[in-house]
Amino acid sequence: MSGQVKQHPGLNLHREDAETRDQTEEVLFGFWVFLMSDLVLFSLLFATYGTMLHSMAGGPGPKQLFDIRNAGIETVALLLSTFSFGQASLAMKYDDAPGRVQTWLLVTLGLGLVFLGYEIYDFVDMIGKGGPPSRSGYLSSFFALVGTHGLHVTCGCVWIIVMIAQVRMFGLDTLVKTRLLRLGLFWHFLDVMWVGIFSVVYLQGLVG
Amino acid sequence: MSAQDAKERAHDARVYQVGLVLALVLSAVPFGAVALGLLPASGLLWMIAICAIVQILVHFRCFLHIDLSSNHRHDLQLILFSVCIVILMAGGTLWVIGNQRAMMM
Repeated sequence: MSGQVKQHPGLNLHREDAETRDQTEEVLFGFWVFLMSDLVLFSLLFATYGTMLHSMAGGPGPKQLFDIRNAGIETVALLLSTFSFGQASLAMKYDDAPGRVQTWLLVTLGLGLVFLGYEIYDFVDMIGKGGPPSRSGYLSSFFALVGTHGLHVTCGCVWIIVMIAQVRMFGLDTLVKTRLLRLGLFWHFLDVMWVGIFSVVYLQGLVG
Repeated sequence: MSAQDAKERAHDARVYQVGLVLALVLSAVPFGAVALGLLPASGLLWMIAICAIVQILVHFRCFLHIDLSSNHRHDLQLILFSVCIVILMAGGTLWVIGNQRAMMM
């Protein structure tokens, strides 16, 4: 049976679940198109940040504003949340266990909220040190880039809450499964963007 | 769960575990090096860039499950095309604006 062949990226559904699999391929490809448009958005925000690197207008720069400990905690939280979402996908694919899927989604949500909490704490800290977005072109582009990522994570958290409710109400039916697959792609994609942010913004800022 | 299922599950689970360990190491190395100032600045920048690119590839392979197999061609082509657009747009922006800045100095 061809069901064992990987049909689409993202963790595949169980090979016996042929109906779901056929519907899934198309929607997931469409979702990849959306993700790639999001990639273009992020890369242009990165480019804007790059052109603004020297536009401090006499304001504070990365070395005065960034706290490597916060960035590290945010990185670990987001990485672990990507892993825990993977566990939810595994529970959906093999165990067909709504309870376990919900538990792992809750863990993912918790880690996402830890990430957002530290990010907001970090922003408030930066503003307290005299670095609000309006201070310089550099800070405007910083908050635009990192803030856009934060907004995406916030949307992801809302989406996780919606999906926990849907799993509870409808169980793991075909629609819910394909939605969870898309949410998984979205969540993993946000972690990839964060790798770019901590490397380009935080680490290079603290070095350069 | 059949034996084959169990085997597949174990394989999929291992891909996530390997991905997590690699990603943690590839994050910890540049963070640690920057925090401790282990290398001169140019060395640190190179290391950050290399670790980031490798980590992004690990994420695509282990978490987003993109590989070079033929049934992933469409998605891979979409991603590569998008990367091409990104290089043109972001790279072009940095090049042109950077040049302008250098000439106005």
